Amino acid sequence: MMRITRKLEFSAAHFYHNSDLSPEDNRRIFGKCNNAHGHGHNYVLEVTIAGEPDPKTGMILDLKELKEILDREVMQRLDHRHLNYEVPELAGKIPTCEEIASALWQILEPKISHGRLDRIRLFESPDLFVDCARNGA
Amino acid sequence: MKLSLNRRYSFPASHRLFRPEWTQEQNTQTFGKCANAHGHGHNYTIEVAVRGPVNPETGMIANLTELDQFVQEKVLRDFDHVYLNEQIPEFRDCVPTTENLCRVIFRRLSGFPHARVVSVRIEETAKNSFEYRVDEHE
Repeated sequence: MMRITRKLEFSAAHFYHNSDLSPEDNRRIFGKCNNAHGHGHNYVLEVTIAGEPDPKTGMILDLKELKEILDREVMQRLDHRHLNYEVPELAGKIPTCEEIASALWQILEPKISHGRLDRIRLFESPDLFVDCARNGA
Repeated sequence: MKLSLNRRYSFPASHRLFRPEWTQEQNTQTFGKCANAHGHGHNYTIEVAVRGPVNPETGMIANLTELDQFVQEKVLRDFDHVYLNEQIPEFRDCVPTTENLCRVIFRRLSGFPHARVVSVRIEETAKNSFEYRVDEHE
C-alpha cells in the first residue's frame, strides 16, 4: 500500500466560547481565544490518501480530482470564513483544531472514491497540529 | 478515526556522546565528532503527541495551557540551556543520544493527567529526528 499527501492552506477566523459556562469560566478555560471579536490563523492541511496505484495510470487517484474535491469541500467552505458562524459541521461545537480536523474527516472521508482517506493533519500554527487517522492505520 | 493533539517546543542544550569506560579512541571511533572532549550543542525541537477523548464542553483533547505548563515543569525547566551529561540525572549513567533523550522525556511526560502522551519526537537538527511511540495495542 502507498500513501500520497496533498497540502493546502486556508485562512479563517474563530473564537472559543461555551455558552453553558459562565463568562469567568470561559475566560479561565479559553484565555485569549475567548475574545468575542475572534482572531484568525493560516491553517495548513495535509490530506493523505492510501491505496494501490492503478497499473494503467501509476496513480492511487487522479490528483486533479483530489484537488477539485479539496477546492470544493475545504477551500470554498472554510477559506476566509468565520468557523464559528459559517461551517454547518461545526455548529454547536467549539472550533478547536481537534473539532475542525474531525469535521474535515467527516466531510472528506465519503468523497474519496479511489484509495481511502488515511490521515488528516491540520496545523493551526507551525507548533500546533492535530492528526486524525484511520483506526488501525 | 483516532485523533491526536501535537505540540512543538524547543530548547538549546549541549551534550557529549562518550562512555567513560572506553578509551577516547574507542569513543571517537563510535561517536565521531560527538565524542569531542568539551561537548557541543543543538537546538532541540520536541514534538509531543497526546490522545484522549475530545471534551464536549471545550472541544479539546487537552487544554494547551495545561499541557504547556506540564512540559515546562517536567522538561523545559530542567533541559533548557544545560549540559545534558552533567545536569540531567537520567544521563549520569546513560549516553545522551537523541534516542535516549526521547525515552527520558517520554518518561517524564507520561504522568500528564489530562490525556495520554503517545509519542515524543525530537529533532536534533533539521536532518535528524527520533521518535519514541507507545505501542498502539497497549
